[in-house]
Amino acid sequence: MEFTQFKGSEDYVVSKELTDAVNIAMALEKPLLIKGEPGTGKTMLAQAISNALGMDLIIWNIKSTTKAQDGLYVYDVVQRLYDSQFGGNTVDDIEKYISLGKLGEAFASEDQKVLLIDEIDKADLEFPNDLLWELDKMEFYIPETGKTIKAKHRPVVIITSNAEKELPGAFLRRCIFHYIEFPNEELMREIVHVHYPDIEENVLAHVLEAFYWIRSLPDIQKKPSTSEVIDWIAAIRAAGISDDKIRETIPFAGVLLKKNEDIDLMRSKLAK
Amino acid sequence: MFEPFFYMLKARGLPVSLNEWMTLNEALDRGLGGSSFTGFYYLCRSILVKTESNFDKFDAAFVDYFKDVPFPGEIPPEFLKWLSRPQVNTKEIDKKRSAWLNDLNLEQMEKMLEERLREQKREHNKGKVWVGTRGVSPFGHNGAAPVGIRVSGEARHGGALAVAGERRFRDWSNDNTLDTRQFVMAFRLLRQYSSRIDAPKTELDIDQTVRETSDNAGNLKIVYGRPRKNTIKLLLLIDSGGSMEYYSRLCSMLFQAATKSNHFKDLKVYYFHNCVYSKLYTDPTLDPKKFIKTERVLKNISPEYKVILVGDAFMALDELDFRSYYSYQSADPTPGIEWIRRIKRRYPHTVWLNPSFHSLINRKSESRRVIESEITMFPLTQQGLIAGLKKLLRD
Repeated sequence: MEFTQFKGSEDYVVSKELTDAVNIAMALEKPLLIKGEPGTGKTMLAQAISNALGMDLIIWNIKSTTKAQDGLYVYDVVQRLYDSQFGGNTVDDIEKYISLGKLGEAFASEDQKVLLIDEIDKADLEFPNDLLWELDKMEFYIPETGKTIKAKHRPVVIITSNAEKELPGAFLRRCIFHYIEFPNEELMREIVHVHYPDIEENVLAHVLEAFYWIRSLPDIQKKPSTSEVIDWIAAIRAAGISDDKIRETIPFAGVLLKKNEDIDLMRSKLAK
Repeated sequence: MFEPFFYMLKARGLPVSLNEWMTLNEALDRGLGGSSFTGFYYLCRSILVKTESNFDKFDAAFVDYFKDVPFPGEIPPEFLKWLSRPQVNTKEIDKKRSAWLNDLNLEQMEKMLEERLREQKREHNKGKVWVGTRGVSPFGHNGAAPVGIRVSGEARHGGALAVAGERRFRDWSNDNTLDTRQFVMAFRLLRQYSSRIDAPKTELDIDQTVRETSDNAGNLKIVYGRPRKNTIKLLLLIDSGGSMEYYSRLCSMLFQAATKSNHFKDLKVYYFHNCVYSKLYTDPTLDPKKFIKTERVLKNISPEYKVILVGDAFMALDELDFRSYYSYQSADPTPGIEWIRRIKRRYPHTVWLNPSFHSLINRKSESRRVIESEITMFPLTQQGLIAGLKKLLRD
C-alpha cells in the first residue's frame, strides 16, 4: 500500500496501532494528536518519524506564554526603529526584520519536514483555535510584507498533549487521534533490548517482574514509566546486583519512584 | 455506507461530527483501513474519537453495531435464542473467580468457548460455566465476569471485535470528567483590564515613546510599560450537601472552571450548607474543623470583590428567617436571611446561581422567593452563567 511509510525506527519501538495511526494521518494530511501516560515516548515519536522517513524535525515547544503568532512569524519593530536612527543599514527592506517561527519555518522549507508541536495543552485556551486556518490551509499571510507563506510540502504535523486542558472541539475535529497505551511486558522487552542489546535474560525477567508489580500497586501516586525502568536497569547493572535480589529488595527504588510516600508504600507492601 | 453507525455513536453521546465522518469515508475510499477488520477498527477509532475517555463508549458501540453484520457464523442459532432471554438478577462474582478469569488470555478463552459450544446442550443462564446471560461465566452477555467473550458477536469475527470487546478503556470512561471548557470560556467575560499592577515592564508604550523621542530631539528613545492585566477578584460561595448533593457534579465543574481560569487577580472559594450562617467552610465536605467565621470573611475581603453564590435556595422558611437549627447551634444566632443581606450590602456586585432554577418545586418555593428578592438569581447553566457574569460587570 502506498501510504505505509512509517514502520518505526531502529531505536524506537512502536505498536502496530501507532504505526497505523501515523500512516493514516500522513495519508489524510491531517495533524496527529498524541496523548498518553508520561514516559510513553510521545515526544520521541516525532524524532523516530523524522529518522525513519529521512525528514528534518522541527520542534515547537509550547509554553504557557506561547502565542499562535509566535509560531508563524515575528516582526522586530524595535530593531527597525533603531536601525533607522543609527543608520548604516537600510530599513526599506521590511523582510529583513521578519523572522519566521517554527510553523513558518516548516512551511517555507524546500523539502518536507516533520513538525512537532510539543505539549499544546500548556498554552492558552484559545491557542489551538488560532492555528486552525494555518494547519488546514498550510499557509498564512504576512501583512507587513504583503506576502503569503504557503507550504511547498505539507509538513507531517505531530501534536502532543498531556491533557492539562481540554482542547477545543473545532481543533479536535481536524486531528487524527491516538492514545499511547502503556507498553505491555512483551513490548517493554523489545524496548529494553533496543537500549541494552546485551542484557541477560534472567536480569530482564526479574526487572520486569518487579517493575510491573510496582505499577500494579493500587495506591502508587506516580507510576514509574519506561524511561525510569531504563535508568533503573542502568543502575542495577552498574552496581552489579545479583538478579535474584532485584525482585526481593528492589534496590535503588528512588530511580523508579519519585515520591517519598510511594517508596514507603512499596516498602511496606514488599515486607508483607 | 453504514450511516446508522454514525447515528448510533451520536446517540450514545460521542461527539462525532459530519466532518469526521466524511474524513473516515475518504480514508476508506483510499483503502487506509487495510483489508483487515482490526485495521478498520483502529481507523474508525483514530478518526472518530478524540479522547481516551470515550474509547470505551466507542468500543461498546462498535461491538454492538458490527455484531449484526452478516457473517458465516459458528454459533448455533439455539445459543442465540437462549441468550436472548432476559433474566432479572445478575449473579455476584467472588474475588477468586474474578482473579482467575483476569489471568486468562484471549486464546485460552476462545479455546474454552469452543469446548463449551461443543458440549453445551441447553440453556444455562446465571451460571458459572456455560454460555448464558447474567452469570459469572466468562461467556455470554450481561454477566458479572470481569472479562470474557461476549456471545453473540465476538467469536464470529475475532480480531477487531476481540480488541473492542476487551473494553480495555473502561477505566477511562469516567463520566466525572466533564467538559468544563464552556464554563471556562464564560468566565473569560469577567475581565477588567488595568495596567496599575505590579508586573515587569514588557510592553512597548508607543505614545510615551513618541513623546520621549520628540523630547530627545528626534533620537529614538523607547519606553516600555506594564502589560494590562485583569483586576477582577472573585469570591465564590457554594452550597454543599443536602439537597445540593444532586448537583455536586455541576458545582464541581463550576469550581474547576473558576480555578482553571487563572486570569483572575484573586479567587476565594468557601462553602456553606443551605444558607450562609455565621460560619463558612473551606472544604466542600463542610468539615467542622475547617471553618472560618463569616464575619471575618466579610471584614477581610474588600467590597471590590465580585461575589457569586451558588445554591438551590431551597429550604424550610424557618431555616432562613428564624433561629434555625444551623444558626441555633452556633453562638451567633443571626438568621440566614440577615447574612444574605449583609453580603449584599457589603458587596454591591453579587449574583446567585441556582442549579435547579427551572424545576417546578423550586420555582414555587418560598425560600427562593425571599432570597431572590435580595439577590438576582440566574440558572446554573452556560447561558445563565454568562448572563450572571454580565450582570456582575454591569452594576
